[in-house]
Amino acid sequence: MDIFESEHIVTSYQDELTDLAASISKMGGMVETAISSSIDALLSHDKKAAKKIAKGDQAIDEMQRRIDKNAVSMIARRQPMAGDLRLIISSIHVANDLERIGDMAKNIARRVKHTEGHKFSPTFYNGVRHMTNVTLAQIKDSLDAFASQDTEAAIAVCNRDDEVDALYVSIFRELLTYMMEDPRNITECTNLLFCGKNLERAGDHATNIAEAAYYLETGKNLPVILEEMKAQEQEEQEN
Amino acid sequence: MSDKKKNIKTQKAPVIKMRGKGVDVFYGNKQALFNVDLEIEKNQVTSLIGPSGCGKSTFLRCFNRMNDTIDICRVSGELTLDNQDIYNKEIDVVELRARVGMVFQKPNPFPKSIYENVAYGPKIHGLANNKTDLDEIVVKSLRRAGLFEEVKDRLDESGTSLSGGQQQRLCIARAIATRPEVLLMDEPCSALDPIATAIIEELIDELREKFTIVIVTHSMQQAARVSQKTAFFHLGKLIEEGKTSKIFTNPLNKKTQDYITGRIG
Amino acid sequence: MTDPKINPSIHTSIEAKMRLKKRYKSERMFKIWGQLAIFVSVSFLLLLLSTIAYKGLPAFTHNFVSLPYDMSEIETLDVSELKKVDYDGLVKASIRAQFPEVSGRKNKKLLGGILSSGAPVILREQVIENPNNRNEPLRYKVPISDFADIYLKGHITDETSYEKSDIAQIILDDDEIKVSFASQNFTLIIEQIKSRLINDAQKLREQQAGLILSRDKMQTKISVIDERVKTEDSLIVERLNKEREQLQKNLKKVLAQITKLDKKAKGFEQQALATGTQEQPLTNKDKSALLYLNEAVIKINAVQNNYIRGKILIPFSGAAPEQISDWRLRVLDMPEASRKFLDQEIVWTDELVAKGYVAKKLNWIFATRGASREPEMAGIWGAVVGSFLTIIVTLALAFPLGVAAAIYLEEFAPKNRITTIIEVNINNLAAVPSIVFGLLGLAVFLNFFGLDRSAPYVGGMVLALMTLPTIIIASRAALRAVPPSIREAALGIGASKLQTVLHHVLPLAMPGIMTGTIIGLAQALGETAPLLMIGMVAFVVDIPGSLSDPATVLPVQIFMWADFPEPAFEQRTSAAILVLLAFLILMNALAVIIRKRFERRW
Repeated sequence: MDIFESEHIVTSYQDELTDLAASISKMGGMVETAISSSIDALLSHDKKAAKKIAKGDQAIDEMQRRIDKNAVSMIARRQPMAGDLRLIISSIHVANDLERIGDMAKNIARRVKHTEGHKFSPTFYNGVRHMTNVTLAQIKDSLDAFASQDTEAAIAVCNRDDEVDALYVSIFRELLTYMMEDPRNITECTNLLFCGKNLERAGDHATNIAEAAYYLETGKNLPVILEEMKAQEQEEQEN
Repeated sequence: MSDKKKNIKTQKAPVIKMRGKGVDVFYGNKQALFNVDLEIEKNQVTSLIGPSGCGKSTFLRCFNRMNDTIDICRVSGELTLDNQDIYNKEIDVVELRARVGMVFQKPNPFPKSIYENVAYGPKIHGLANNKTDLDEIVVKSLRRAGLFEEVKDRLDESGTSLSGGQQQRLCIARAIATRPEVLLMDEPCSALDPIATAIIEELIDELREKFTIVIVTHSMQQAARVSQKTAFFHLGKLIEEGKTSKIFTNPLNKKTQDYITGRIG
Repeated sequence: MTDPKINPSIHTSIEAKMRLKKRYKSERMFKIWGQLAIFVSVSFLLLLLSTIAYKGLPAFTHNFVSLPYDMSEIETLDVSELKKVDYDGLVKASIRAQFPEVSGRKNKKLLGGILSSGAPVILREQVIENPNNRNEPLRYKVPISDFADIYLKGHITDETSYEKSDIAQIILDDDEIKVSFASQNFTLIIEQIKSRLINDAQKLREQQAGLILSRDKMQTKISVIDERVKTEDSLIVERLNKEREQLQKNLKKVLAQITKLDKKAKGFEQQALATGTQEQPLTNKDKSALLYLNEAVIKINAVQNNYIRGKILIPFSGAAPEQISDWRLRVLDMPEASRKFLDQEIVWTDELVAKGYVAKKLNWIFATRGASREPEMAGIWGAVVGSFLTIIVTLALAFPLGVAAAIYLEEFAPKNRITTIIEVNINNLAAVPSIVFGLLGLAVFLNFFGLDRSAPYVGGMVLALMTLPTIIIASRAALRAVPPSIREAALGIGASKLQTVLHHVLPLAMPGIMTGTIIGLAQALGETAPLLMIGMVAFVVDIPGSLSDPATVLPVQIFMWADFPEPAFEQRTSAAILVLLAFLILMNALAVIIRKRFERRW
């Protein structure tokens, strides 16, 4: 349900709010691209691409600063209430989270230097690739949920975070086995482990975005709601 | 059985000072209020918000029976002060208005001296036995209204010689001089500049300690700043009411949301 | 949506400037019309005021006479004794002492008429008030008669004086005196007599001519009848003969009249011709001529070129001298027949003035006495007090009732049919002619209740009825004008409806209420018709002392005096109008002051 079915009486205010949502979407797009191209760059040892990603992170940071600035300006000038207030505050949080995800991508891209002359074998990086896809899906879904204020989608993203964590654990174990098998794999696997970690953290930030989407729509905190739901389920089970 | 600790915050049960139940108000054949239920809590500031013509002023004026002065106005339903029906034939409306004071939108001090303005109410209600008592009441009321320091040297000057903000504070002093229990304020700051408004909002906060206050306001920011409980009216109906912080961050009703974000007039 | 193209020159084009000029011009014209209207009104007002003032101001001063009364007989200071003294005798004796040569009842009466007939009354009042002055009787001042006063103010006649130095020979002959002169000093007078004679003759000749015309007409008719008699039959002839008889009778009369006129006119013509050769009488239709020889005054009765014959008005103090070289001729333009003040009286008055017994003072009699038949004894104080008492009663009745009614109708009356009917009726009452209220007062107060006629309290009641609608309407408007915010504030603080009205609304409405009241009272002050109906026309001499004493009011007093013929009353009427106007201005000024005080406080 779109809480903003009707338009604001003051057109310029409405435009500002639209701009803000557009900025978030754009930033989201930039960040998604950053994550996927960073993994690609790492797995294909593309130094050039890596440099580009590092530079691109500056743009992402700039974007976050701009969103912050606009949000503060709107609070001062428009005295937003209710839904508008939640939208602006959430946008600040989401921009923050997106910036952190951007940093994750930067970290992954940095790894390219360290894997000079190494070849990654598909057996090893397939897990990471899979995790990348899942993480990207999380990011995309959470941003979609935010843009369309879809509470169900938001809940889905939050629930799937366990999956992401589980994925990381399994990759961790797998790579550990490979490292134990052959010490020559250690460099490769360690780098992949770092990637996995970054991806897992990116996933967490996506979850934050989903929680922001839920808050935007309902004004309530999703973790608290989920806790309560879980407690209720447990009670029912016990009974 | 669960041995889960239930987090129950112990709260004081709110004391209801005034209540309206099923209140309908008619101006001739036109109905202005439809079945309004609202409770006013003691020592709290309740604000009534809504677009023009939504009936909030009409509802406010029910509480001190000022609607009686309009011939074609008819009020039905239950309106109580301390659980006493205020429209009961046995209630003396003059006594009611001493207990429920009112401050109006446009400052309207009497064209008398500042002293006389404040002293008039206590005099006619017999609250002072002699001049000394009366002086005391006047000084106390002016102090409470935050006006005493500014006018203590010129109590004999006309009330209309003051600035707008001072006049409104004089009207507040006049209203509280009769030792009311409830103070009704009908857009008290709409004719004042921001500084005067701020002074009066601070005053409202201080007065909350001793009085129950109901304020009608057009400014949502003011309602958000000043009140603890907010009620939203629209086209004569009470749409939503609740804690101010909740109404302004996450209202339940879409109409409320649309109004306070400025999406409908 | 595109904005319509805004033409920047729509307010600066030439057409625009022309339009603007036209606007200014019409505004200027309007202003000029307004100023013109004001100018016309003010001119009329000034014209009115100056006319009244010109006529009335002389009445504010009067000439008073002090005489050396012989008060030796008054010994005691006891008031009852003083009242019994014969003041009339004192006054008469005193004035006769000034002109001891006056004899005969008629002349003595004429002499006494120089002083006011109320002089003894005034003297009595003054003696009783200040008995100690009887040793200096000149301190007592009594008013001079009205015509003497008018004469002294120069309104009786204009005059011309001629000083001559020519030898005058005096020959006395009992009452008459003949004075001959060396040169011909009286050609002017003779000319005047001649022209008068010629005028009179001319008038008679004109009359005669008219009569001759009728004679001719009659003669023609008679001859016509004579002719007809010859041809008509007997019945008609009878009638014709009767007519003829009548006509003959009339003809005889007319002929006689013509002869008479002819004779008279001839007489005048002959006399006119004879001027210069015969002595001519100076009648009272001619301008009076007075000859002043030293201290004696002679009224010329007959005149010739070089001598006059006359009557001695003021005798010589001792024996008459045989010759006098310096003398004075005084010609009064208004003939004696056309005025009410004889030459003898003029001369006596002049004597008194010469002796220093006459002084012009502020007319305190006018200011302190009541009505009187004699103009010099008439005062307006009675009317002023009567007006004042009546207005007090009117105010005391109309103001509280009016304001209370207005408050009830405006604040407390329910908005239903009955209230509307009452309101409509009150508005209509304001337009009822005032005389209707007088009739009402007559019928109800005097006839039904039998209250005192001509009393201020009855007059006050009638005027109160008349003023009530005005006050009610003005008060209601004033109450309505009080802003409702004041009422709300008072009600909100717990004042009852009555307290709200009395403590808050009424003080704010007071200026308007006062204005309405003053307008109503000023109207009532000038009302004549209703008070005439309830009998305040009475001739009230005493100053009313209470609300039930018979009284009159200023407008009625003016109305009564306007009826009296004496010229002195005409002056006093105008003076009374000025007093009434002053009263009104005073009332209005008071109203403005009171209103300002109320407005300032709030």
